[in-house]
Amino acid sequence: MLQSKNDRLFNATNLFFLIVIGLVTLFPLYYVLVVSFSDPAEFIRNKATLFPKKWSLDSYRYLLSTDSFMRAMGNSAFLATVGTVLSLFVTSCLSYALSRRRLQGRRVMMLLILLTTLFNPGIIPPYLLIRDLNLINSIWSLILPALTSGWYVLLMKGFFDSIPTSLEEAARIDGCNDIGVWWRIILPLSLPSLAAFGLFYAVAYWNTFFTALLYINDFNKQPLQVLLQNMLIDSSTASGGTAAVEMTAEQQIPSETLKMAAVVIATVPILMVYPFLQKHFAKGAMVGSVKE
Amino acid sequence: MDSQMDTAGKTKIESAYKKSLATERRRSIWNGVKRDRFLYLLALPGIVFFILFKYVPMWGIVISFQDYSPYQGMWASPWVGFEHYIRFFSNPDFLILFRNTMAINLLSLVFFFPLPILLSVMMNELRGNKFRKTIQSIVYLPHFLSWVIIVGITFLLLSTGEGIINQLLVAAGLNKIDFLTNSNYFWGLLTVQSIWKDAGWGTVLFLAAMAGIDPQLNEAAKIDGAGRFRQIWHITLPGIRSVVIILLILRIGHIMDVGFEQVFLMTNGAVSEVADVFDTYVYRLGIKQGQLSFSTAVGVFKSLVGLILVVGANKLAKKFGEDGVY
Repeated sequence: MLQSKNDRLFNATNLFFLIVIGLVTLFPLYYVLVVSFSDPAEFIRNKATLFPKKWSLDSYRYLLSTDSFMRAMGNSAFLATVGTVLSLFVTSCLSYALSRRRLQGRRVMMLLILLTTLFNPGIIPPYLLIRDLNLINSIWSLILPALTSGWYVLLMKGFFDSIPTSLEEAARIDGCNDIGVWWRIILPLSLPSLAAFGLFYAVAYWNTFFTALLYINDFNKQPLQVLLQNMLIDSSTASGGTAAVEMTAEQQIPSETLKMAAVVIATVPILMVYPFLQKHFAKGAMVGSVKE
Repeated sequence: MDSQMDTAGKTKIESAYKKSLATERRRSIWNGVKRDRFLYLLALPGIVFFILFKYVPMWGIVISFQDYSPYQGMWASPWVGFEHYIRFFSNPDFLILFRNTMAINLLSLVFFFPLPILLSVMMNELRGNKFRKTIQSIVYLPHFLSWVIIVGITFLLLSTGEGIINQLLVAAGLNKIDFLTNSNYFWGLLTVQSIWKDAGWGTVLFLAAMAGIDPQLNEAAKIDGAGRFRQIWHITLPGIRSVVIILLILRIGHIMDVGFEQVFLMTNGAVSEVADVFDTYVYRLGIKQGQLSFSTAVGVFKSLVGLILVVGANKLAKKFGEDGVY
């Protein structure tokens, strides 16, 4: 069937607006890249340019040779890898157990989990708990309270519900117990779902800021986002004090290019996993959207 | 006599029967637990997590009814009843916090909420277009950036010193605008940031729902002479109706929540009057100034209102024949 004139007009207008939206979304990121690769002195002189007149890797070279920055990267990398693995483990174990209809007490457990999604006690009681557990200034204070959430458990349980029970029965006949079924049958079948959940966990851990603000005072144990806050946002105020001051005092690199190089480096890990996982987003999207 | 014996015997038999039923039941529960011991073992880490990190803090709410002192602890601190709550409601801060929270959330409800729907309709109309994947990758991306980074980028673009927007304004012969330190712009700025970060991501669910709409409906409508706009209005939008309603419920339930990180990072002395929300207030008074009991009371108030709103909105949705969230 031939496209009518109206249809073609509609498509063209639609495409045009979507391209504009895409460009508006990309522009800030593009500009961050440009600034980060600009020659520091040149950037001071010309300030805003849409294309660097003089390319330079100085800011990157400098950041990657700074102890505090690399240490914060290391802390965040640990947080993201260990945290994600543990979170997937705890979430999938519990979700799988709850997806088995014969499990006694299942309804009560699910109700109690649902309640935690409806009511949260705020900031102070968890803070007191972490303090009483002696986890202040420990990286575990950023992992343990974030291991799973009611939403994730209920959503993953929904996913496990959809796996046919005949597979479980077959594995049982072959001599698997419940743990074997979970590990050898269920998990391999749910890899796409695990990938989506894994990405969300990893991004959440990588972006951990608020709990680190609450629980980590030791400069050496700070994750990347807290260091970035010191560099990007707090650097002008007296309270910032730590990383940014230490950095600019050590060497005369103008802060703007350095800041944006830090932004780029902090974003690269996310961009690296992103293309591989994009096709699983829809599956995990239920989680992302309802968690907001 | 006989009949008396009869009834006595009957009740005896009955009670014995009941007892054996009860033991039977207990035994079958126990058998079930034994049979599923590996399942319980799998569930154990998660159950411990929920008890320790979700239910123990709920118990911590009691300090909002005490004059909690860290040295005396939760068990020995003196009880003061609703004193902290009353103090909070009679405090002028309360109205400011409430106003700011509502303003930020209502702006988001009016300007942010419809955008993902519009955007996903537009993207859905790119059926079979290779360009669609690219545009999806682009608009999803900012969702994965942290608020620290997004606020940092905002400063890069909008600061009155090096900010490119202000330099463009100057180049065009206009005056600089102090976006970051003028309280008139603060709420709008938060809304624009949220749109840039999450409007694209918000399309994922709608697109998934649209993919489930039977294409035959569109074919039939086309044969009946419906143009693209009529197809969108009568087929696409009704197809995502329930998803929209569910998300709206969740949104309303969170009307007392303003993203702490975003507001906290964007705040500066010049805008504090319009920037203070419940969470930043709790953080400042509780963590920074150590008024633990008072700020816990503020947090509990906020959560309670949120709970009532979610449950209420959900009930309302069910009344309109939708599934609701629970």
